[in-house]
Amino acid sequence: MASPFLTAEEQRVFDDQLAEILSHYPADRKSAAMLPTLHLLQSMKGWLPPDGMELVAQRLETHPERVYEVATFYVMFHTKKPGKFVVDVCTNLSCSLWGAEDLLAYLEGKLGVRAGESNATWTLREAECLASCGTAPCLQINEVHHENLRSRAAVDAVFAKLAAAP
Amino acid sequence: MPVAVEKIITRNWGRKNSWTLEAYKAAGGYKALEKALGLTPAQVIDEVKKSNLRGRGGAGFPTGMKWSFIPKDNPKPKYLTVNADESEPGTFKDRYILEYDPHMLLEGIAIAAFAIGAHTAYVYLRGEFRFQTQRLQGAVEEAYRAGIFGRRMLGRDFALDCYLVRGAGAYICGEETGMLESLEGKKGWPRLKPPFPAVVGLFGAPTVVNNVETLASLPAILDKGGDWFARLGPEKSGGTRMVCLSGSVNRPGVYEVMLSTTVRELIESEHFGQGMPPGRKVKAVIPGGSSAPVLAAGEIDVALEFEALKVKENMAGSGGVIVMDDATCVVRCLWRVSRFYAEESCGQCTPCREGTPWLTRVLRKIEEGRGEPGDIEVLLNVAQSIAPFPPIGLGHTICALGDAAALPVLSFVVKFRSEFEEHIRLGKCPFGDRPWGHYGAMTA
Repeated sequence: MASPFLTAEEQRVFDDQLAEILSHYPADRKSAAMLPTLHLLQSMKGWLPPDGMELVAQRLETHPERVYEVATFYVMFHTKKPGKFVVDVCTNLSCSLWGAEDLLAYLEGKLGVRAGESNATWTLREAECLASCGTAPCLQINEVHHENLRSRAAVDAVFAKLAAAP
Repeated sequence: MPVAVEKIITRNWGRKNSWTLEAYKAAGGYKALEKALGLTPAQVIDEVKKSNLRGRGGAGFPTGMKWSFIPKDNPKPKYLTVNADESEPGTFKDRYILEYDPHMLLEGIAIAAFAIGAHTAYVYLRGEFRFQTQRLQGAVEEAYRAGIFGRRMLGRDFALDCYLVRGAGAYICGEETGMLESLEGKKGWPRLKPPFPAVVGLFGAPTVVNNVETLASLPAILDKGGDWFARLGPEKSGGTRMVCLSGSVNRPGVYEVMLSTTVRELIESEHFGQGMPPGRKVKAVIPGGSSAPVLAAGEIDVALEFEALKVKENMAGSGGVIVMDDATCVVRCLWRVSRFYAEESCGQCTPCREGTPWLTRVLRKIEEGRGEPGDIEVLLNVAQSIAPFPPIGLGHTICALGDAAALPVLSFVVKFRSEFEEHIRLGKCPFGDRPWGHYGAMTA
């Protein structure tokens, strides 16, 4: 199936890696590879566009509805195009006891976007416990973890590095 | 104070490149696997039964017994699945095992797979563990190259493949059958039990689901013997325990403790929490992850152990100990805990799907000063409708998330009722804009 959202080269990379993923599962259980396949697609495109989910359904020999059901169930999968940087801030109990509510409010001001909203650069979300309770508070930026963010200076340092990144 | 800890899980932490095969072998790693492969699978299971090892994921089920439920005459393949979906609020121990000693987990996986006769193991890691997944993947590749995984385990006639699977942000996939559904490529809706996974698990085949810390305990058990491991703990629970201390204490962190260690000792000991912040006292402690009922300040002289906490109608759970000081608003804390369960409810069972957001709405109303007489009764009624208190096994839902949502509400309201009433009477939070206690505000 032609998939115009992937270049020929991307398509080749996708199918190569998918073959490796499928080798981990029984031959009659291709759709079990759903999560790894969606992670693969999202790592290439930054989100899961509708024709991408069609492609996954076709490759895993299942229905697009099943793909959509899974993609919308898990918060790490983006079925709408997010900002360039997805910032997930834990505000669960242990992080809040170390200032996570202030951290979230500070980021809303700093990034100019409300929690739960996006612009072209930023998607800011509240996250549930990220297993960083002893090094609270914490956040992840595009799945990269940052912790011990107890001061505005510490937060500024994280985002300064991001701005400096190519 | 029993601080002389026999280090099992953390014994290699701090060694140079402790996560590499070279460092793990230099510290005696994979000798226990050699030993296990010289036994019969039944002998390995017996050793684990003798050890009184209990599951470290939260439920505390005896590991050896769980393995023995795998049917011997089932023609289907058997699977070992590893729950590394560490998501229980307040819990962060498996994360460090994956970071500092992934080979201890892999050796445990090899031993367990041999014991139950599984030739495929899947490790399900929460999606947010990107770094930990990369580190474990590196260790898996080392283990393949060293002939530990692959067609012939350490030269013996036993094949084992080990695959890593990343979740994608769903607490419910830490529930064992939710995890199996997710491993099968579906949304993580838990299954009704029975049948239990040991009989009908992954792909309909016999399956063992074990937690990371549980499996990481196996090399020491095989190495030093089940009796040795059992003697470290009280009657029904062997070994040491990883506990995760967080919240309002001077030194939060993950600590390996003897099972006789009490909540108070964990908070106060110079080896662990190093006490409360200056001028502050303990107000409340959650002893086993946010799904556990809360302890009031007067109840913390209890050992962090399954049976001891069970006697107190509480649970040792996943070892997540969250401390709240006396400058903290418990209504605010409970509201945040309830929001978590409302967010993570998978939507399958009506009491949980409808009840968890309802609890959250009422708690928000009370915390924001709009509470009315009768609201506390609504909280208790809704929570009781999800799961009765004290717990009598599973409540009115397919999985334990319902209980996990209800128990904190019931225990917080019963133990701190006057604070909920004060919010309603004053029409505001008595802690004003500083509800989160001593460390709860960001600094410059």
